[in-house]
Amino acid sequence: MINVTIDGIKVQVEPGATILQAAEKAGVEIPTLCYIKDLFPEASCRMCMVEIQGMPKLVTACSFPAADGNVVFTKSKRVIESRKGILELLMSNHKTNCFACPANGDCKLQKYCWDYGVKEYSTEGERVDKPIDTTNKFFNYDPNLCILCHRCVNTCHKLVGRGAIDTTRRGFASKISTTFDVDWIDTNCESCGNCVQACPTGALSMKKRSLYRPWEVEKVLTTCPHCATGCQYYVYVKDNKVVDVEAADGPSNRGLLCVKGRSASFDFAQCDDRLKTPLIKNHETGEFEEATWDEALDLVASKFTEIRDQFGGEALAGFACSRSTNEDIYMLQKMVRTAFKSNNTDNCARV
Amino acid sequence: MTNTIFDITHDSDAIMLVGSNPEVAHPVIGMQVRQAVARGARLVVVDPRITDLAKKAEVHLRVKPGTNVAFANGMMHIFIRDGLVDEEFVKTRTEGFEELAAIVKDYTPEKVAEICEIDPDDLVKAAHIYAEADRAPIMYCLGVTEHHTGTEGVMSMSNMAMMVGKIGKAGCGVNPIRGQNNVQGACDMGASPVDFTGYQKVANPDVMAKFEKAWGTELNHKPGRMATECFHDMIDGKIKGLFIFGEDPIVTDPDTNHVIKALTSLDFLVVDELFMTETAKYADVILPGRSYLEKEGTFSNTERRVQRVRKAITIPGTKPDTEIFSLIMQRMGYNQPILTPAEIMDEIASVTPSFAGISHERLDSAEVGGRGLQWPCTSKEHPGTPIMHVGKFSRGLGYFYPAKYQPSTQQASEEYPLIMMTGRILYHYNAVAMTGKQPEINEIAPRSFIELNTEDAARLGIADGDRVYVSSPKGKIASYADVSDKCKPGQCWMPFHFLDGNSNWLIGDHLDDFSKTPEYKVTAVRVEKADYECELCQY
Repeated sequence: MINVTIDGIKVQVEPGATILQAAEKAGVEIPTLCYIKDLFPEASCRMCMVEIQGMPKLVTACSFPAADGNVVFTKSKRVIESRKGILELLMSNHKTNCFACPANGDCKLQKYCWDYGVKEYSTEGERVDKPIDTTNKFFNYDPNLCILCHRCVNTCHKLVGRGAIDTTRRGFASKISTTFDVDWIDTNCESCGNCVQACPTGALSMKKRSLYRPWEVEKVLTTCPHCATGCQYYVYVKDNKVVDVEAADGPSNRGLLCVKGRSASFDFAQCDDRLKTPLIKNHETGEFEEATWDEALDLVASKFTEIRDQFGGEALAGFACSRSTNEDIYMLQKMVRTAFKSNNTDNCARV
Repeated sequence: MTNTIFDITHDSDAIMLVGSNPEVAHPVIGMQVRQAVARGARLVVVDPRITDLAKKAEVHLRVKPGTNVAFANGMMHIFIRDGLVDEEFVKTRTEGFEELAAIVKDYTPEKVAEICEIDPDDLVKAAHIYAEADRAPIMYCLGVTEHHTGTEGVMSMSNMAMMVGKIGKAGCGVNPIRGQNNVQGACDMGASPVDFTGYQKVANPDVMAKFEKAWGTELNHKPGRMATECFHDMIDGKIKGLFIFGEDPIVTDPDTNHVIKALTSLDFLVVDELFMTETAKYADVILPGRSYLEKEGTFSNTERRVQRVRKAITIPGTKPDTEIFSLIMQRMGYNQPILTPAEIMDEIASVTPSFAGISHERLDSAEVGGRGLQWPCTSKEHPGTPIMHVGKFSRGLGYFYPAKYQPSTQQASEEYPLIMMTGRILYHYNAVAMTGKQPEINEIAPRSFIELNTEDAARLGIADGDRVYVSSPKGKIASYADVSDKCKPGQCWMPFHFLDGNSNWLIGDHLDDFSKTPEYKVTAVRVEKADYECELCQY
């Protein structure tokens, strides 16, 4: 173990740990834009610059390995000036219509500019007006809000493993692009949206963002209902309606989701087709008629009791759903065994 | 799964994927397999089709559908022939090796190559990649199980892993990637005609006595019938009343005509559902249930990891499904109090040794830290079991099941010359009860299609995008042709999601002898150009 001091706090870290990891251990927050925890550091945004006593230059905390005895300052005057400079350069080519931006209130660039007091900037970029790609069914890309941190590119290449996007062009014309700059919809993109979640600004944004502002929602941690990977995510709830999903760092999904989990896991439950009242079939007309819970449950119990008492429990069966919760399934099979007096219970594991 | 998704994709030197296409069926696992390959893990894919992961594989064995047991026996022949067997593991941890060795002696690479229609050198290469890796998992999916000999196929996977000692440690194991979010849980929770919770046997008198005591009532001691058998019993009049909770067998089960006949033979059908599904239309009573967003509870994922489901919204008019069941129990003379999901999990823990340490309180605690608990979890102090069979198999010694290859009951004929496989696509999920209600998804993947090989399509005069009929002895549907070289000549593939042209109308009712799983992966069919004006095409 090696000993490091971060802003006066002493910590011990494994050899090879970065300054950023040491700071995390010390409970000191260092701002980052391009950093992705599980990946080799990109170290391109330069927001995480820190000062190490005795070193002539500032270093990037995300990529610089801590050495025994390092005394690190994360909020010195030099550091603050450097970060301000970085933010001013980013703002020199950033569209500042924050009120209309989908990331308003949930934007790292906006937060850091506020934190570091960057209200005006001395340099003015070329401000090339680039077209917005809205062709993906679930999200948009506005290159005018992009700070080229490459979190989306690194997420797509190294975590998702799809490689649908990369950086093209140079200088002020630089942007994140699909292969040959074709419309997003025409690429090998799987629409998982992990790039969108990785974006620190509003450059990549889910279309669903138009339904809510980040501060209006309550987040509920739950498990995805599609396949058996067991991805963990937060559903965003506004006025008794789920409006969006954010991947959580679950043990099996590690911050990733697929297109179904992120974009097709909640609207179904809130659609107009939902059954909201018990229905009993009128056998004369063949039509279903609305009933009260008591009417429906009394009918179910009396019919099943009649069959059970006349033909024995084996004449009844109950199938559980492999999509429902353990608690539901346990009670279903308990109903079949204790009330139906039958072991004819099964689930859809085979089909 | 014997292991965790993390350890098999992050701690492995090689990965063998058999009958599994996680990039579309389990996308987030697929992403982690891609990460592993990018990191340098060697990949062997056993799949008749060219999938995107197969393109990244060092060896892709395009075995003929229905020949998995021959493939596995061929692999083990090579393990023995080339001295790749983990002698120590076989000696100390297993039994039945000699009998299996005698069987696989005949499965020379040349013979297996002929059965599976592959290159014998590729088989040898695959055997060496898998056996020589320090850590290598087998991941398999429905391409192994959904066969007439699916059970032998599964046993063959564990035979391979045991023979090279790749079980009971990180980055190894035999790992079925389960299909549905809680299919593991449904089996664990005793929704089975032969098992109570935690696979405690109905046929065991001690187990029966224990549940009679715990539930305070006399139970039926006769083991029940599996769902696929129950449909026959309904037609025969032996089963007269059925309660279906959240399933849509008309869409998901094989031989749709047979299922409809079974349901219409019933005296009384009750369906607890979210929507007016195809199955619900046949019900006498429909009870409106709740989705995962409207309830507290747990799901068990494919790693046996029990994780929380939490209530986010309320849909007025509905009741919790557990309350519906309890109210029916009360009305039928069993005094079931209405319990909260947390109380129900406490009851599950009290009757299930492998769940004894699991409770909502613990799952929500800082100790568990949102990582769930993997059963077996036998006490409040037990940390759960990420890797099974460490040091000792649950049955004591690992058993080499002597599996011999039997050809599929389905073979191509003059009348039905193509072998059809079925599967999932990325954008839809099973019967599309959920994904089919997402407009954007339907824009991307709107309709049924059948993947045909270029040569077959040319011979049949079918162009990409053409309307086609697909027929088997069980039925006839219309679909759209998707012409490519993903399937070998003589083979074709269809997703089972779409109501317009659902492949399940074509699947026969031949089942696996042991598990009674339908043979969804092998059906002989005929494909021909369709008349656009016909009734089938107007869906």
